Amino acid sequence: MIAYLFRRFLTLLATLLGAAAIIFIGLDLLPGNASQILMGADADPEAVKALAQQLGLDRPAIERFAEWLWGLSHMELGNSYAYSAPVAELILQRMSVTVPLALMAMSITTLLALTAGVYAASKQNQAGDVGIMGLSQLGVAIPNFWFAILLILLFAVQLNWLKAGGFDGWDEGVWEGFKALILPAVSLAVVQAAILARITRSAILEVLREDYIRTARAKGLGAQSVLWGHALRNALIPVVTVMGLQFANLLTGTIVIENVFYLPGLGRLIFQSIANRDLIVVRNCVMLLTIMVVVVNFIVDLLYVVIDPRIKSHQS
Amino acid sequence: MSANNISLLRVNNLRVLVPTIAGNLQAVRGIDFNLNAGETLGLMGESGCGKSLTALALMGLLPQGSRASGEIWFQNQNLLQLNESQLCQLRGNRIAMIFQEPMTALNPVHTIGHQVAEPLRIHQQLSKRDALDRTAELLNRVGIDSSRHRIHAYPHQFSGGQRQRIMIAMALACSPDLLIADEPTTALDVTVAHKVLDLLHTLAEQNGMGLILISHDLGVMARHVQRIMVMYGGQIMEEGTTPSVLSRPAHPYTQGLMASRPHWNGQQSTYSSQSNSRPRLKNIPGQVPALHQMPLGCPFADRCTFAEYDCHRSLAPIRSLDQTHLMRCRKKV
Amino acid sequence: MNYFLSRARRHPSFIVGVFLCLCLGAAALVSFVWLSGVAFEVRMDQKLMLPSQQYWLGTDALGRDVALMLLAGSRSSIMVGIVAVGIGLGIGVLLGLWAAAAKGWTEEIIMRACDFSFAFPAILLAIMITAVWGPGMINAIIAIGIFNIPVFARITRASAQTIWSLDYVLAAGACGKGKFRITIDHVLPNIMAVLIVQATIQFALAILAEAALSYLGLGTQPPEPSWGRMLSDAQSLLFQAPRLAVFPGVAIALAVLGLNLMGDGLRDLLDPKMSRQR
Repeated sequence: MIAYLFRRFLTLLATLLGAAAIIFIGLDLLPGNASQILMGADADPEAVKALAQQLGLDRPAIERFAEWLWGLSHMELGNSYAYSAPVAELILQRMSVTVPLALMAMSITTLLALTAGVYAASKQNQAGDVGIMGLSQLGVAIPNFWFAILLILLFAVQLNWLKAGGFDGWDEGVWEGFKALILPAVSLAVVQAAILARITRSAILEVLREDYIRTARAKGLGAQSVLWGHALRNALIPVVTVMGLQFANLLTGTIVIENVFYLPGLGRLIFQSIANRDLIVVRNCVMLLTIMVVVVNFIVDLLYVVIDPRIKSHQS
Repeated sequence: MSANNISLLRVNNLRVLVPTIAGNLQAVRGIDFNLNAGETLGLMGESGCGKSLTALALMGLLPQGSRASGEIWFQNQNLLQLNESQLCQLRGNRIAMIFQEPMTALNPVHTIGHQVAEPLRIHQQLSKRDALDRTAELLNRVGIDSSRHRIHAYPHQFSGGQRQRIMIAMALACSPDLLIADEPTTALDVTVAHKVLDLLHTLAEQNGMGLILISHDLGVMARHVQRIMVMYGGQIMEEGTTPSVLSRPAHPYTQGLMASRPHWNGQQSTYSSQSNSRPRLKNIPGQVPALHQMPLGCPFADRCTFAEYDCHRSLAPIRSLDQTHLMRCRKKV
Repeated sequence: MNYFLSRARRHPSFIVGVFLCLCLGAAALVSFVWLSGVAFEVRMDQKLMLPSQQYWLGTDALGRDVALMLLAGSRSSIMVGIVAVGIGLGIGVLLGLWAAAAKGWTEEIIMRACDFSFAFPAILLAIMITAVWGPGMINAIIAIGIFNIPVFARITRASAQTIWSLDYVLAAGACGKGKFRITIDHVLPNIMAVLIVQATIQFALAILAEAALSYLGLGTQPPEPSWGRMLSDAQSLLFQAPRLAVFPGVAIALAVLGLNLMGDGLRDLLDPKMSRQR
């Protein structure tokens, strides 16, 4: 068991290393001379060279890569060209928006999806099931940013309950911050919930067809006990898998949604930095997102071992 | 082998309707039988003859969409008229069932201790500790060694034969009055199979429990049951004590089954140089009619060498050949 | 084939899906043939008009006919969808077939690479690519296409593996049939159903991705019309002309819905093993 965890952790580190390499190659080496890009095509070559020296671009790639990795390990990420501020500071600031947003969205998704999925499975092929499945088909087809715009239309334009965008910071009060994040969170959550509800429903239905469910009923267990005591835990495996994958979607979704609502979060930072050609910020933000995704998948793997005892044995 | 003459189970005119593309069709078409306490009854037939559905109907576990009608009298109650919660009180408690595939019949995420203890905790309200103690005892009885330790093991850590024993322990946990075993050994190796069946037999004897053993295997029937019912096309074709049915089969279908067993007469060899000298294996020509193509009369009529005109038009009435041997056929014996 | 059609007729959501997809296809065709040369003239005097007989859905901020814009927008969506999924299909299936046939180290490497690329979600990849090479439809296609490769590789390998372990394939191998021939003759035909279903679903996802990229300004660039960009333009006019934000979204939703329904229906109808009580 420990061996399994250790091996998975090593795989995690290897994946991160590989990801860092690809990000570095993609965003640092391939584009060519970063300082050229920053200054534009017809800038003075002397000025370009000076900037290159200032940014340390004249040193060999491996050295720059190693330096970056070292910096990552203790949050020393260099300075942003566009903001003239340390990248680490910038990122932390933005995280204070994105992380609560992601957590809110994930909670809403889980709550909605699991209840809807279990309910639909228990009422299979009846009105409740058909209704929920129909809604989820719709939910899957709607672009989340369009849903966001519709929400703005309804709650900001028509009803005037909430603002159409912007985030003033947590200093204004937790409730104000919450109000600013609720529409973004809902628009992120609804599409994911639709997908997860279908997965949950089909996972439970799949499990209900298994022989051991028949055995459980033959022992005298009632429908509810069978559902919660036997079916759900087996159904969790595919559900948790999808939730892990969805986290990645959630993070990238924030890139779009933060733009819709003009939220000063990580996603918007990436986007603005691209517009500013501030590649150092882009590089670090992308790395951060990747780290978060990989870590979440690692946690999912750990959860598997807890849920399904067979996995432990397979590994040993 | 003492069997009291206390009637345990009386089934009258049991019919089971199953949904098919061609509408709801009868897969079990009006069967009657009785079982006394402590008796072992074998229900024999090919795939599709309705024996599994009969078993599921007894438990009230028919798949969604199927319906049973008729009467199933068990301990003064008609099981077909009970609601789900009443049936739940009986299942695993007074009536138990074990199934064909031991590899998939246990929940992989719970320990076997937990699963065997479950009926004890539901029906006898035992505390967790007491239930686990009793579970260890039960597992010992069915031949799972060092059961104290193994209670915390998971199903995937056991072989098929062991899992079937665990299933038996689970089914017998509350000492039911009736155990239905649906092809319990079909998925097991021959040696393991007979050990498991002997175990079932012994336990049934010890507990005075009625046992219905379903199988398509003549060998299993011969060794382990006292009475045999032969099913075909949703009907019971012949019924009687094992020696009677197997040595003096009366119904043409049973006769066909007995005749199609391979015979070893000592002189035959597959490596015989004259391959023509080996007699061919006999079989019953034709096929079991599909559900939606069931003839009006006897379902076996099309394949029967003795079929008369009436056989195609109506089912024969049940005839007694002697006190215990019955058959549903017009053929002169 | 007749069997397929008769079962198809009894599958309502599949029929709805096919209908919507045909509408999408028709829209694209119409815009290719009829509107191809038509520049979307900017007529400032006609801007922001309500739906009328002349302009069925009204006009936008630059006086362009919204209905025509929608039709033309289907072009970008479909083009991105087809090419991106095509890239993913072509390369991904090859990789998956190769991995399943070769096994051993080759398979390990290919599959690790795929798992690895799942750590980079599509939008992120697209943003990185457009950050480096600049925005535009081609880059969007490349990004979405690259993302599709591991998806198809994964599913191809998984399905191919089951085929490889079938008895008659093992027998063919034992008879001396080469791996390449077996792949072409046995594996590929049997996984077609799965691939078709997956391709439909990926097409839907590609449309969503293209819309998101265009919304952000990273995808299809003007003057080529795009539903995503129409939405982004509409957002700034949310208080004045809310209707402009509704139509493009409906178009996207209908297209994606149609593809999803068709894909689900195909899954139910094409493979009896895949069909299940719904």
